[in-house]
Amino acid sequence: MDFDLMLRVYPFFLDAAWVTIQLSVLTALLGLTCGTLGASARLSRFALLRFLGAAYVSVFRGTPALIQLFILYFGGPQIGIQLDAFEAGVIGLGINAGAYMTETIRGAIISIDKGQREAARTLGLSQWQATYNVILPQAARLMVRPLGVNLNMLIKATALVAAISVVELTYTAQRYIGSTYKPFEMFLLAGLLYMIIIYATGRAVTWLDRKVQIT
Amino acid sequence: MGLDFTVVPAHLDIILLGCLWTIAIAVAAAVLSFFGGIVFAVIALYGPWFIRLPFRLIEWVFMGTPLLLQLFLIYFGLVQIGIDLPAFVAGIIGLGLHFAVYNSELIQTAILSVDKGQMEAARTVGLSRGQALRKVVIPQAVRDVIPPIGNNMIALLKDSALVSVIGVSELTLSAQRAIGATYRPFEFYLVAAAFYYVINLGMEWAQRRIERRISISR
Repeated sequence: MDFDLMLRVYPFFLDAAWVTIQLSVLTALLGLTCGTLGASARLSRFALLRFLGAAYVSVFRGTPALIQLFILYFGGPQIGIQLDAFEAGVIGLGINAGAYMTETIRGAIISIDKGQREAARTLGLSQWQATYNVILPQAARLMVRPLGVNLNMLIKATALVAAISVVELTYTAQRYIGSTYKPFEMFLLAGLLYMIIIYATGRAVTWLDRKVQIT
Repeated sequence: MGLDFTVVPAHLDIILLGCLWTIAIAVAAAVLSFFGGIVFAVIALYGPWFIRLPFRLIEWVFMGTPLLLQLFLIYFGLVQIGIDLPAFVAGIIGLGLHFAVYNSELIQTAILSVDKGQMEAARTVGLSRGQALRKVVIPQAVRDVIPPIGNNMIALLKDSALVSVIGVSELTLSAQRAIGATYRPFEFYLVAAAFYYVINLGMEWAQRRIERRISISR
């Protein structure tokens, strides 16, 4: 174990970890947006929207995220979409994560008892009011934990953008493995930082989950 | 530049070959992850503490870091300690170990949920602890986890695209080769995505059938 080397390169890994965090946060925000839209489409009254929602989930969960990223980044210019690697990473991973979150959000909403909506309607609330004031607040509580799982996967998935040369943790580890031939040391540095990020996120999700539960 | 799919048929042979490689790698890694998952689960539950604790740590590292990073470690790490494996073997080992850890989590829960009476009954009729585990408890536990393991295997297929990064000529890298010759990334990645999608649909179909069979046999 070459600790001198690790001490020498760790500042670069810290910078890279910051990029990974930025990627994760932006991807999570875009994922949540896509997931909310996707779930709304899947639960819509209109058959066309339901179909589009289902197709979105099926296609984006049915193909590798890496390929989706490549289509966007390398194929994008062919159809007039010019993005730099970081933007392509956030957009590609965000749309991908959104497909998984669509199912999480939808699952939480449909698990709320039908009687809740019926009762709300009986009391004179409109469909809209029943959804926003009765169903969603209850569903939101159920979503926290599974969305946390999505978030955990999403953070690890940000490593894929190393393949389109975004200088984040995995790319940095790969570059230093190549130049120093010390794979274990570099893995240890990058791995530790990933685990810190994931552990901290996990704790935050647990805290939020506990906070929103009614006991 | 626009899109032009007429360039695709000329390179379909290497794409198909890549597709076969993807299936072969995914199957090999799936088998490794399944039996590895059982072994890991038994170690995690029944191993002596000096094996169990470091093992937990390794499990934790595998679940807390990205697969791509693990693939780099395995591919370059093995070379460093003098084991020069072909990239596709390193890829199979990396994918297999990664998913073995996830399968192990499922199998552990399932083993614990098998009724205690099963083990006691097996011991009563004269089986040793190991035999009882192997012949009575684990088969029942495995039946319970086949559906969620199926989900892991579908994830494994998609993640097999990552081994292209360490230079395994599977579907993704084959698409890249075709792109190198034609400069048409959109078309060929889309074709590769379509192949993955079809394999994925096939796996989902098989999973539904197997689930139905299990629920009948119960």
